[in-house]
Amino acid sequence: MRTEDMIPAETFCIHHNIEMAFIYSLKKSGLVEIAVIEEKTFVPLSQLPQLEKVVRLYHEMDINLEGIETISYLLQRMNEMQQKIIQLSNRLSIYENE
Amino acid sequence: MEFIDYYKILGISKDASEEDVKKAYRKLARKLHPDLNPNDKEAQKKFQQINEANEVISDQEKRKKYDQYGKDWQHADQFEQQRKSQQASRQSGQHFSGDDGDFSSFFESMFGGSGRSSQTKFRGQDYNAELKLNLTDALQTHQQTLTVNGKNIRITIPAGIENGQVIKLKGYGAPGINGGPAGDLYISFSIAPHPLYKRSGNDLYTTTAIDLYTALLGGETTIDTLNGKVKLTVKAETQNGTKIRLKGKGFPVYKKEGEAGDLYITYEIKLPSNLTEQQKALFTELSKLK
Repeated sequence: MRTEDMIPAETFCIHHNIEMAFIYSLKKSGLVEIAVIEEKTFVPLSQLPQLEKVVRLYHEMDINLEGIETISYLLQRMNEMQQKIIQLSNRLSIYENE
Repeated sequence: MEFIDYYKILGISKDASEEDVKKAYRKLARKLHPDLNPNDKEAQKKFQQINEANEVISDQEKRKKYDQYGKDWQHADQFEQQRKSQQASRQSGQHFSGDDGDFSSFFESMFGGSGRSSQTKFRGQDYNAELKLNLTDALQTHQQTLTVNGKNIRITIPAGIENGQVIKLKGYGAPGINGGPAGDLYISFSIAPHPLYKRSGNDLYTTTAIDLYTALLGGETTIDTLNGKVKLTVKAETQNGTKIRLKGKGFPVYKKEGEAGDLYITYEIKLPSNLTEQQKALFTELSKLK
């Protein structure tokens, strides 16, 4: 991955007023992916929405990391179920108004 | 413009402490935050109200102003004065909800816009839009121009797109802050039902009427498919409700050029009405032969 596709984790931390340790703990719990290039830590741009979401959950809603892990898992399941509902509704529409 | 009771929205009393406000906001945010309620417009709307209320009540200066003029806001000329001075320092803070109008006009009349300087985000916000299509529109890959926040965006919609499907246009959301990347645009497709054809995945279903004589003796019938007319051979003694399959005459497969689902046709046998005396006599004769 090119460094143009990433932002330095330090820059992210300054903007969001968070500690680097927080980013490392997110990486450790598998919530975000980071890249280390020449001893410098980067956040891939594709990970930004997820990282920002986690920061919001942590700071604005005061949810701890274990809670965020659980929420992330449940949101993923919810998303899968929503997709399934859409598919089923589309199939069900065949039998409507018959 | 309706007076909005921010205390009521947060479920707190007027003498609530800063800590109480924070607690109340967090409690409601945990329930209604858009991050926890993706694609739920109702929750998003409610959260905007909560956010707006928190923005005012958690800020000592704004809270004081709200407490002082809130009830009489319609007659308070001072607000206008305040608004003008606020406008000078207004900052275009970003938010994550994706829709415009994060703040009510009531809020803006009092505090002059979003003023979310303390919550500046690095990446631009994502936008969500809904695009309505007819079933026939989704038959072919075509282009459409959308206007999102005053900007025209030309997009290519691949044939075979499904109802409820969401596509992401990277970088078409709000611009980023301080050189950050722009947000994304999520377009959700809503495909209106067709009066004659029903779709399930890539397959299409329809019903066609054939007369009794063709059903009994066999023959030909022509049907209008979404891709033009098709001549069908009806077997003799076809029963009512018989379903036939036309391979590859269904809906195009999303992003797989040249591939299509199947078309299922159900025969509905129409019985003759207003029989002549001769017909009646012949049917009577037939009935005796069974």
